[in-house]
Formats: sequence, structure tokens, C-alpha cells
Amino acid sequence: MMKNKMVLFSALAVSTAGLAACGDGGEKKNEGFSVAMVADKGGIDDKSFNQSAWEGLKAYGEKEGVKEGEGYSYLQSKAQQDYQPNLSRLARGGADLVFGIGNTFNEDIKTVSSQFKDTQFAIVDNVVEGENVTSITFKENEGAYLAGIAAAMQTKSDHVGFIGGMQMDVIERFRAGFIAGAKSINPDIQVDVQFAEDFAAPEKGQAIAAGMYGKGADVIFHAAGGTGNGIFTEAKNRKKNGEDVYVIGVDRDQTEEGMPEGVTLTSVVKRVDRAVADVAGKAKAGELKGGETLRYGMKEDGVDVVSSDMLSDEIRNELKKAKEDVISGKISVPER
Amino acid sequence: MKLERFYGILIPILSIILGIAVGAIVMIAGGYDAGEGFYQLYYGIFGEPYSIGETLRATAPLIFAGLAVAFAFRTGLFNIGVEGQVLVGWMVAVWIGISFDLPTAIHLPLALIGAGLAGALWAAVPGVLKAVFHVHEVITSIMMNYIALYLTNDILRRYIGITNERTETVKESASLASTFLSELTDFSRLHNGIFVAVLAAAVFWFILWKTTLGYELRAVGFNKSAAEYAGMSVKRNIVLSFVISGVFAGLAGAMEGLGTFQNMTLNASFTGVGFDGIAVALLGANNPIGVVLAALLFAGLNIGGLSMQQVGIPPELIKIIIAFIIIFVASGYAIRLVIDRFTTKKDMAKTSKGAGK
Repeated sequence: MMKNKMVLFSALAVSTAGLAACGDGGEKKNEGFSVAMVADKGGIDDKSFNQSAWEGLKAYGEKEGVKEGEGYSYLQSKAQQDYQPNLSRLARGGADLVFGIGNTFNEDIKTVSSQFKDTQFAIVDNVVEGENVTSITFKENEGAYLAGIAAAMQTKSDHVGFIGGMQMDVIERFRAGFIAGAKSINPDIQVDVQFAEDFAAPEKGQAIAAGMYGKGADVIFHAAGGTGNGIFTEAKNRKKNGEDVYVIGVDRDQTEEGMPEGVTLTSVVKRVDRAVADVAGKAKAGELKGGETLRYGMKEDGVDVVSSDMLSDEIRNELKKAKEDVISGKISVPER
Repeated sequence: MKLERFYGILIPILSIILGIAVGAIVMIAGGYDAGEGFYQLYYGIFGEPYSIGETLRATAPLIFAGLAVAFAFRTGLFNIGVEGQVLVGWMVAVWIGISFDLPTAIHLPLALIGAGLAGALWAAVPGVLKAVFHVHEVITSIMMNYIALYLTNDILRRYIGITNERTETVKESASLASTFLSELTDFSRLHNGIFVAVLAAAVFWFILWKTTLGYELRAVGFNKSAAEYAGMSVKRNIVLSFVISGVFAGLAGAMEGLGTFQNMTLNASFTGVGFDGIAVALLGANNPIGVVLAALLFAGLNIGGLSMQQVGIPPELIKIIIAFIIIFVASGYAIRLVIDRFTTKKDMAKTSKGAGK
């Protein structure tokens, strides 16, 4: 393993040296181009946000033909205290572009980006100022609007639920969009809203979901990261006992999490992967300016709902129509 | 007596070695290169000025949290509520840090005192419940953690003001940050708190071994009934022990609020500082020097562990190593207990001498 790496390394060194000898300076720089991300506490297998970002980096690697560990890599954080050492370590290690996955990275990206002016940084879900920082945000409300439509059309009790991770801007956009979508179908629909105050506590998600389903909601939309996994558990248990309940997933296609009982109605996908791959690709091509905020909405293919088999044709048609209206600007979805 | 001291040092050291050995076995079993892993761990602690700075930075709150647990333990109490006391201390420190405009000589001490008092107040609740109603402090102090977690989030949102998930940055006059230390360590977040922490370890020693109060606290820890018989108020000492323990814990929060972060974020889950404090106190044998050394070790493992990822080793491995160290320390004490029980007469004399020291 170690030896292989050494061989690869020396091969790389020789080839870059060769290129340099040919006087191809530009090529040489991009040969060793590397991007890296720092995952938050959820980790890259959180079946949600971090995982999506990591999939984006892997897609980028595949497209550019670079290997994990050389062209792209990640570092995991055990606690918030670890964000800054991780970011700093990557910048020190010579990464050209460093992603902070999640809005809680804002202060740390601000600090570290001012210390490493030659490194590009990117933050997902938040806006940080700095000439070497690219901010990536999404119009979550647009995707959640479609989820609201699907939920309102699917429910038999005219009662649906929303479970958020924490009360903050991003999650507020999900909530506002979901409620607007549901009310657009049925203005009298009951929407229960609850926050878990945690993005990594499946047991809390399960407890809250049990309460909501118990009170009569039959479709729950969650925007709670890892906490959401508990909601799936609860829904699957109820489905096994014959209750007709559903979950709408978040961030990525969560159909798998609802299997084998099939409780995932659809998922609001936030294409963190696409945005991350897009920004990484731009950086490698030398097109990343820095100091910009990129907003990925439905129009930019940054948010969408999964056209799942669970949805009836009627719902699907309605979603298609709504999506066109959102893209054309005919419907403007509230953010709060 | 000599044997006692020998055990006291031998068991922790042996536990560390065994814990690291188990870590190596786990790495090999997981298909990782243990040699490379430990090299990265070493490099991640000592390799660069930055990592040394970050290790020392992470040490300060751990010293306080360890002292908090150890102090209560000396009175025979188990303060698992350090985590919650850290949170309220953190919040009050930041609140004082951002709301007042005062010269540093007043502002910084005020913020530190505020954090200590907040921790003390929070710890007093399980203390009083224990002393007056005999409610077990483990249960109440754990529950106080949850109350602290959600209450601080709510107060931050409602009264202190949150933008981007965090409060404003504390004023410079209340900050523990040191440009000198930061530049010395290549822009790490090392701050003056480490000096306060070491000072606190000395205060810990002074209170427990040089004052009447400390004598009483320890007496209650050795034998409640005997202490009561000797005319000491067990109730008063239980509450006091919790309160002082809470001061240390609250100051651990101040380390984060005025040092590491200079603000407070909404916490979705516990910081882990308080729980690590239990491990620090256990490994440090509730002794101030032991606590400082154990805090250094755990801080190093936590910071160095981040580097192990560069060779693909998950940072959770560090948690496994720490867990095994604790298991070995605890079982080491258990073994000692058994040895003590078999060496009867001599030991009896020793215990009574120890108590009267």
C-alpha cells in the first residue's frame, strides 16, 4: 500500500518534471491540483448532506480522472472544535480548494481563508465574505414547495408534518416552502412543525415522528440530516403494522432509507454533489473567481424532487406543472 | 505508603500503554497501517508549531473539566453534570464579553467570574437536592445537562441574539486570545486560558490540602459518617463541593467562549468537554498534577487523531483508544481494591492514617 503510493508519487513527480522541462507551466500546476472537503460531525456516511458532498467530489474525481487521496480527499470532524484544525491542515498540506460542508463552518472558513490567501475555499449553505471564498447556497424553499404539494395530495387525513433539524435560515426555507406548497393544494391543511434541535440524533427524530404520526399526520417531511434516519425507522415500524404513513426525504434520494417497506414518498434533493462538483471543476479549470455567492435553485438544477415510483401520475403531473411555474418565475416561493 | 504512590503512577501509565496497544490491534484488524497511523498521530501532535498550539488550546478546557469532576470526587460525589455547567459558563462568559464596555483589567476577570458563578449555580441544584432530599447526584446532574443544552440555546436565540448560528464575537477587552501565542504557533487558536487552567490546578491543590474547608471536604469523601461524628456538616460540604466543582466547570466553558471560539454557537448536541473531563479525572487519579497531564494526553490524542485521517484511519479510532485507557484505569483500581482487601491489618492502619492526614 505504502509502496504503491511511493511508486505513484515518483511517477507523478517524474511526469511533472518532464512536463516542466517541456516548458508547459500551466499544465504542471494543474497536474497536482487537489481539492478536499471537511465533513462536519455527521460524517461522510450521514446518508444526507456530507455524503452528497462527498459523492460530488467523487464524481468530480471520475470526470477529471484523478484518484482519491491524490486529487481529492476529505477530513472528518468529531466536534466543532475540530473544524479549524482540519481546514488549516488541508490548506497547509497544499490543497488548492478546500470545502467546508455546512453552514456552521462560517467563522472557521473566515479565519482560515484569511491566513491562507493562496488557497481557495468554499462553504456550502452559508455566505462568507473573502476574495478567496466561494459561497454555495441553495433555494431550498423551491424544492420544499414541490414536497408540500406531494404531501398535501397524498395525505388522507389532511394532516402532514415537518421536522426540522434546528431553527435556522436554511431550515426555515425548507419549512416555508413546504407549508406554501401544501397550502397551495389545500388551504385548510394542518401542518405540524417541530424542531429536533439536533442533526445527528436519530432517536430524537424517531420520538418526534412517533408523536406526529400518533396525532394523525400521515406524511412527514424532514429537513434534519442524520436525525431524519429515526423518522424512517418510525415510519417503517408503523407501515409493518399496517398504517399508511410516508416520509419525504431530504438532501438526497432517500428511497433506500425507506426500504423494504417503501415509506419514502419522494425526496427533496439538494444537489450538493452537483454544486460541489461544479465548483471543483471550475477551480481546476482556473475559472473560480472567489468572493462570489453561487445560488443553486430549481432553474440551476440545484434543487428538485425525486420522481419516485411511489407518486401517483396525478401527483407527478401536478409536480411537473409546479416545477415549470417555479422555473419560469410564475410562482415565487416564500423564504420564511 | 510508598507502594501506594507507586501504584498511583504505575496504573495510569500502564493503562495508556495498553490502550495504545489495543488501538494498534484495532488498526491492524481494520486493515490499516498501524505504524503509519501512529506516525501521523505523533506528527499531528508535535510535528508542527500549529498542532502543538492546537493541542495546548484543547488542553485548557479539559484541565478545568477534569478538575471539576475530580473536585466533586474528592468529596465522594460524582458530578456528571460538568457538560451542562460548561454550557452555562460558556454562555454567561460570552454574554458578559459582548454586553459591556470595560477595561481589560475589569472586563476579563468579570467574564471569568461570571462563568464560574454560572457553573456554580448550575451545580448547586444537584448539590442541594443531594444534601437535602438525598436524590442521587448522578441522575440529577445528568438531567441538568439536558436542561442546560436547551435552555442556553433558547436564551441565546431570545435574548443574546444569534446571526448565522452564533453570537457576536466577544469584545477584545474580555478575550483570552493572545496574538503572541497565536503567532508563536503559526496561527493556532492557542490563548492565555492555558495559564489560567494551570493556575486553577494549583488552586485546586491549595483548597483541598491547605485549608480547613478542603480537609472537611476530603473527610466527607473518605467517610461520611465519621465526618459527621467528628462534627462536620455533611450537607454543607456536599453543596460546597458541588458549587466549587461547578466553578471549575463554568470556567471550562469560559475557555471556549473567551478563548477558542470567542463566541457561542447554538449547540445541536453536547460539546463533549464535560464528558471528557470524567475520563481526565479518572486517568489523573483526581490529583491536580495528574489531571493536567491527563488533559494534555487527551487533548493530544484528539488533535493528533485528526491527522490520522490522512492515511485513511477514521478519527473515531482515538475514541476507542481513550475508551480502552479508561477501562484499563478502572480495572486497575479494581485490582488494587482486591489487593487491598487481602492485605488486611496493615492496610486498616494505613487507611485511618490516610484519612487523618
